[in-house]
Amino acid sequence: MSGIRRRDVLAGTAFVLADIELARGAIISGQLPWQPDKEDTPRTAKPGAWKFFTADEAVMMAVLADRIIPPDPDTPGGNDAGCVVFIDRQLAGPYGLYEGLYERPPFIKGTLQQGPQSAQTPATLYRLGIAALERYCSRPDGRAKGKPLASLQAPEQDAILEGLEDGSVELEGVDGKTFFQQVVKDVQQGFFADPIYGGNRDMCAWKMIGFPGARYDYREWVGRHNERYPHPPVSIGGRIEWTPRKS
Amino acid sequence: MANPLPHRDAVIIGLGWTGSILAYELADAGLDVIAIERGPWRNSATDYAPNYAQDELRYRIRHELFLRPAQTTFTFRNKMSETALPIRNWGSFMPPNGVGGGGVHWNGETWRFLPSDFILRTHLTKRYGARFLPHDMTIQDWGVTYQELEPHYDRFEYLCGTSGTAGNLQGQIRDGGNPFEGPRSREYPNPAQPQPFSHTLFAKAARELGYKPFPQPSGNMSRAYENPLGVRLGPCTYCGFCEWFGCANYSKSSPQTTILPALVRKRNFQARDNCEVTRINLDPSGKRATGVTFVDQSGTEWEQPADLVVLCAYTIFNVQLLMLSNIGQRYDPESNQGVIGRNFSHQTISDVTSFFDRTKFTFNPFISSGAIGMCIDEFNGDNFDHGPHGFVGGGYMGQVQTNGRPIETTPVPPGTPAWGAQWKQAVRDNYQCATKPGTGVHGSMYSYRDVYLDLDPTYRDRFGRPLVRITMDFHDNEIRQNRFLTDKFAEIFKAMGALQTVKEYRKAPYDATKYQTTHLCGGAIMGSDPRTSALNRYLQSWDVPNLFVMGASAFPQNAGYNPTGTVAALAYWSAQAIRSQYLQNPGPLVHA
Repeated sequence: MSGIRRRDVLAGTAFVLADIELARGAIISGQLPWQPDKEDTPRTAKPGAWKFFTADEAVMMAVLADRIIPPDPDTPGGNDAGCVVFIDRQLAGPYGLYEGLYERPPFIKGTLQQGPQSAQTPATLYRLGIAALERYCSRPDGRAKGKPLASLQAPEQDAILEGLEDGSVELEGVDGKTFFQQVVKDVQQGFFADPIYGGNRDMCAWKMIGFPGARYDYREWVGRHNERYPHPPVSIGGRIEWTPRKS
Repeated sequence: MANPLPHRDAVIIGLGWTGSILAYELADAGLDVIAIERGPWRNSATDYAPNYAQDELRYRIRHELFLRPAQTTFTFRNKMSETALPIRNWGSFMPPNGVGGGGVHWNGETWRFLPSDFILRTHLTKRYGARFLPHDMTIQDWGVTYQELEPHYDRFEYLCGTSGTAGNLQGQIRDGGNPFEGPRSREYPNPAQPQPFSHTLFAKAARELGYKPFPQPSGNMSRAYENPLGVRLGPCTYCGFCEWFGCANYSKSSPQTTILPALVRKRNFQARDNCEVTRINLDPSGKRATGVTFVDQSGTEWEQPADLVVLCAYTIFNVQLLMLSNIGQRYDPESNQGVIGRNFSHQTISDVTSFFDRTKFTFNPFISSGAIGMCIDEFNGDNFDHGPHGFVGGGYMGQVQTNGRPIETTPVPPGTPAWGAQWKQAVRDNYQCATKPGTGVHGSMYSYRDVYLDLDPTYRDRFGRPLVRITMDFHDNEIRQNRFLTDKFAEIFKAMGALQTVKEYRKAPYDATKYQTTHLCGGAIMGSDPRTSALNRYLQSWDVPNLFVMGASAFPQNAGYNPTGTVAALAYWSAQAIRSQYLQNPGPLVHA
């Protein structure tokens, strides 16, 4: 038996063993490891009860979402668009727990250029931030004069949020500016993300700006300059018009 | 003791672009080849199918296709006097993960470096004198020339089906291409992609200002293409979901769409996914690699013996593995001795966002491809006289806007509140009539004595191994370069008729939280002198001759272009040296 042939035989034996023992380190040889019906589909937000927020927290979040993206005659506000549902499902999922991020200590405050060094997850930040904002509003000497945020008029609500933004409204036990910046970012992401994640209801944000969503093929349009693209948006979940009506 | 596996002729560490190229070339030469990849296998049809690939939240915002920092990350500091802290979530660059590597989610910009880039120190010294360079700038010649690499650039472009317009065909300058490029032996395999509205307007304005705009060389197909390995790509559909995303149309050149289908059919090739190489093993002399040790997902450790080891991981992971395997002398910036970790660099990117009259301009920014765009190269490399400016280096610039995805690309004019009714109105008013190129000014970053890699004394990965510590800051040379380039760039948008141009200069200190590009370079550089380089001109380790190290870690400094074309050309150049010289006579290919 030649050296090479012998090696092939030995290798074959060992790989059978390895296949059994290598639980999740697959050996790929001969053909692409493609399997039908194994699509890595997105984890969509399901309708139903809150997954992360309490009912009270959701009331507070509805106010924040509508001040960050106020409703107008053409386009719903953040709350109606589903941004609170979006954030709720995100906080209950990997994002809320910082899953996948580097979380080994020590946690030392560094420079801005070194990036966030907090062990606090987004889920914790929301839990503490909402509670601290409620406590702030309940203080008679605060800008809410002791009233719940939801009961105030829009300009009064805005004055509190502007205070969080510029640091003139301070929260107990949580950095109000960090909390508010996070809420702004998440509300806006929920507004523009695909509706499968709970926000951007009926693609309202995409209709507002003229983004066609998941259409994926503009070959006929790349050379048509300065001409508005005429077709309505499509979500990864399709379009409501495509859903058969029950008779 | 790790469990031993049967011996192979060659082991490849990492199955991205360079791993795929080397695996194919070595298997084609008849070697038994195994590739070991840390991440999962990825298939277009199942990992990013056309009914859900266009998901901005999942892929762009939540980084689905990238390495998880929990697996491993880096620590970062600007200055040697600071304490480095871990990058806990990705920011200024995005390390890839999985089969195909960065080739899965890149934009497809397929550039060649300038001939002068490869002989940089010699060229600049000759033209401006040695005293023109900052005293702590450590730029070097590469030890290889453009002329030597040209056939290998050509090979990669024909593998990929790169779309473009030649500007220099065998020395003849051609209209419509880049007149500054080095001579190419033949046309691009595919014609340039057609350009959307704002990209076309940019080119018109640039031409009127006296520049010579040309289409960016693109790994997105302008038409269907079958490459020399018999692998087929489909035409790009301008979906606007390219960088950060996998291409569901098989329209973006990647290992998946150009090599892997042919490679995997070779009987003498095997791959293991989800297995991380933790060490390159050496014999007692320390001068010969005996193979690698890797850990599978169950935590079991395996030893893969091999005659030839080819390191094909991402820049910093190449350097880390060399350090953890005690190969080569580690760089010490104080004494300026040692090579592993030396001459680390990134890129100097800036942008200009412009706002136009919404009653006159409708850009449809979502109609785009990853490497679309019209560029000018007048301010790259040494294409202009640096004498009056007091800095060296440069970059291409262009309207290279790749998307109108709304989480990322809803620019509003300065002074707009970050939230509320005014913000909402400004988003609505400007979406269709603003331009945001992203990496509009794509500048070089040269190397310096105090910009380097070593091992962190505190932070560790999940195996308990030290993280790599990055010490990096922008130097005055790059800041001045960027100011000059960004001003020139903004003039072109003004000439396009922008009502407002907003210049976003790159400023010091280097910020690890702000995305630039994933073009980290250096740390295990090639060169002619083993005292100042880790690898010889064939990417062979000076210290361990049966070890070759691919990738941008070999760049002595970074040029003003995207690196993939050069990374791949070097891989083919090295593969040719292995096939034609090393295999006949294994040993050092260059005697220092």
